[in-house]
Amino acid sequence: MTDTPIDRMARATPPHVARRVRGLSDRAIAWLFVAPTIFLLLAINIFPLIWTVRLSFTNFAANRPGREVEWVGLRNYQRILTDDGIWANMQTTAHFLIWTITLQVLIGFTLAWLINRKFRGNDLLTTLIVLPMMLSPAVVGNFWTFLYQPQIGLFNYVVELFTGVPASSFSMLGAGGLAKWSIIIVDTWMWTPFVMLICLAGLRSIPDYIYEAADVDRASKWRQFWTITVPMVLPFLMLAVLFRGIENFKMFDMVVLLTGGGPGNETLLASIDLKREAFEKWRTGYSSAYAIILFVTVFGLASIYVKALNKVKER
Amino acid sequence: MSTFVNGLLRFRRGPWENLSTLLIALGVVMLMQPFFLWAFTYSFIVTLIGTVLFIITSHFPE
Repeated sequence: MTDTPIDRMARATPPHVARRVRGLSDRAIAWLFVAPTIFLLLAINIFPLIWTVRLSFTNFAANRPGREVEWVGLRNYQRILTDDGIWANMQTTAHFLIWTITLQVLIGFTLAWLINRKFRGNDLLTTLIVLPMMLSPAVVGNFWTFLYQPQIGLFNYVVELFTGVPASSFSMLGAGGLAKWSIIIVDTWMWTPFVMLICLAGLRSIPDYIYEAADVDRASKWRQFWTITVPMVLPFLMLAVLFRGIENFKMFDMVVLLTGGGPGNETLLASIDLKREAFEKWRTGYSSAYAIILFVTVFGLASIYVKALNKVKER
Repeated sequence: MSTFVNGLLRFRRGPWENLSTLLIALGVVMLMQPFFLWAFTYSFIVTLIGTVLFIITSHFPE
């Protein structure tokens, strides 16, 4: 009989410990393993969430812990949901969301469609395309801040090369309505590869025999694209749209590094405004209500995301 | 349409999930649209109802 490490460990276990472990059911052992994770989840996620809900009904300010906390009911929610400024921030967020998703889907799908063909250097090209996605948003933010410099930035010189507009005559991050487009360009540059990868997975899941059958039926390439490729990639695309939608709804780091929400309030996304309310104006109760509104929206979108994911799994 | 209504009446998951998804999407659109302040005001309650409904209805039988 061979002496395995498990046998040796079993022999080394003190008898009183072995007796205790032997007395536990499989279910109890499973709970024992899961308990630390559940404890961490409750301590780090669930408890702060419940606490935030509670704070959202008060006028608590974290920089004045000694002050008496007053229960204000739904007043914080009422003030947020009738505030023109916050409404404008939501529209800025919507502008950012709609354009980034549209551009990422169009460019990502086109790239995936081109990469899906077999040619020399395909793998190398795919690796190069996905590189921006692997960078940290902080690095991307700083990197593009330099690229957007009107005097030394490469971006303005490229624009000058193609349009003839002098490089130093405009600033992408300054006033003039270009700042909101500058953050869209950076997010599209960074996250299009992600959409491309998801679309590529969708394209590669389509069996060749479907196209062969369409060829036999003399369906044109255009018709094959609209009746086979697009419907079969659509669930994957939906997944990418929802995922990017959720991520961009709570976009913070990259935009803070690029514009800091400015000039004025031009790129003030909801998440940046929330941070200002919570940690610059110290209106903790008010910002808790703000956070709950954003949380419910993201949670709702995530529910649709999970449903779409299950549909993809069923295929 | 009648299949959808029947599904709702018999508390089936599919139609109820679709209804809650519709409410969530409507709430998000109301939150971000630039036209009516009243729609922005009521967006949160619509999204909240949709989300809670989604959690409940995802436990309904198929």
